[in-house]
Amino acid sequence: MAEGNYTAGNNTYKVGSKIYACRLGLVEYEGRNVQVVALNTVYIPSPGDQVIGKIEDVNFNGWIVDINSPYKAILRANEALNKPFRQQKDDLTSFLDIGDLILAKVIAFDRTIDPILTIREPGLGKITQGQIVKVSPAKIPRIIGRKASMINMLKRETECKITVGQNGIILISGPSPENERLAILAIEKIAQEAHTSGLTDRIAEMIRREKGVKL
Amino acid sequence: MSGKIRLIDENGLRVDGRRPNELRPIKIEVGVLSNADGSAYIEQGKSKILAAVYGPREVHPRHLALPDRALLRCRYHMAPFSVEERKSPAPSRREIELSKVIREALEPAIFLEKFPRTSIDVFIEVLQADGGTRCAGTTVAALALADAGIPMRDLVVACAAGKVDGVLVLDLNDLEDKEGEADLPVAYMPNLDMISLLQMDGQLTIEEFEQALNLAIEGCKQIYKLQKEALKAKYLAIKEEVETCLQ
Repeated sequence: MAEGNYTAGNNTYKVGSKIYACRLGLVEYEGRNVQVVALNTVYIPSPGDQVIGKIEDVNFNGWIVDINSPYKAILRANEALNKPFRQQKDDLTSFLDIGDLILAKVIAFDRTIDPILTIREPGLGKITQGQIVKVSPAKIPRIIGRKASMINMLKRETECKITVGQNGIILISGPSPENERLAILAIEKIAQEAHTSGLTDRIAEMIRREKGVKL
Repeated sequence: MSGKIRLIDENGLRVDGRRPNELRPIKIEVGVLSNADGSAYIEQGKSKILAAVYGPREVHPRHLALPDRALLRCRYHMAPFSVEERKSPAPSRREIELSKVIREALEPAIFLEKFPRTSIDVFIEVLQADGGTRCAGTTVAALALADAGIPMRDLVVACAAGKVDGVLVLDLNDLEDKEGEADLPVAYMPNLDMISLLQMDGQLTIEEFEQALNLAIEGCKQIYKLQKEALKAKYLAIKEEVETCLQ
């Protein structure tokens, strides 16, 4: 891919002075840095990420959460409740039960431990309304767009509240099912055509056209 | 042994009309299964193989997980209808061995250490067998891995060379494999110039072995180009569709 005085960025590796891509994707050169924007990946948690997960199991002191990643996440009771947790008195299933969806934040993860989540921050917690769309986590930066241009356009055009989880799960809640359907359609189109250029304009046009037909 | 059947005719052509150093026609498609994380399909002559990759995902059973890297599991399986006489669907001795050699051929190409405590599962299903299935299986499994977005040092590509009727030939089919004198499957990573699988069945002199190995590597390089094209084709098709829509 490149040879000489370059540094290997994301999804690349260096042998001697040569840089090779280790994933299928689009190459970006920025100064001396070479990186590959992958077209498909799994979600690898990283502290600070906002994710959407599903409660899979309830333990005596917390929950096991599926966050669409090879690693199961742990949500401890003291990261979920606003008061001190008493094992004898508090029934965890009354807060979150199996199958519930939560919006959470990753607070710790590395190679040796499973990701640990928290919902003790404003805006986080159990999801009570809206629709869920799943895309490849590699497409998330494209859905957000440069300086959030894509996501802001989507919110404006569809009048929906869109919450993006870094793990490829997106929550959409809008004033009507029709608006939500439109947002889902747009997101699926973005994921499908993520590697093409001029996407924001094309999506905006598509939404307007769809709205014109419906209204 | 090969007295009854002539594998090379008077013009120097093989049973299916190929020249000695010619590959069979190859058709590759990537992303054919929507339920798998990555998938690919290959038709190499009359051999037809489907590969699916799942993962990196949680390991079941749990105790198999490795603390420092991902566990690569591979299943090579021949469909009961893939050969002339119905094959029992239970894994045979041969299939278990091929699963192992394919796994070991793919292992050095994958950055397994990036996903500790997970597993990457590769399923190779032979739908129709006409020789060279371990090679085509390796080629197509590497594509399915790349399609699944698993970081790899290089694509692995495999091709066999061998000797039939005293002539060194490339990419043997079933008849040549069974009736010929020798078969030499090679899996190769062209960018790194490394061999990850080398088996030999039959007898070759040292000079013949070296020539056959070089022939197989040349074959691998040809397939490698097709592999890369197939990988890009999945995304180029969408791009072209978009561009024609715009015009």
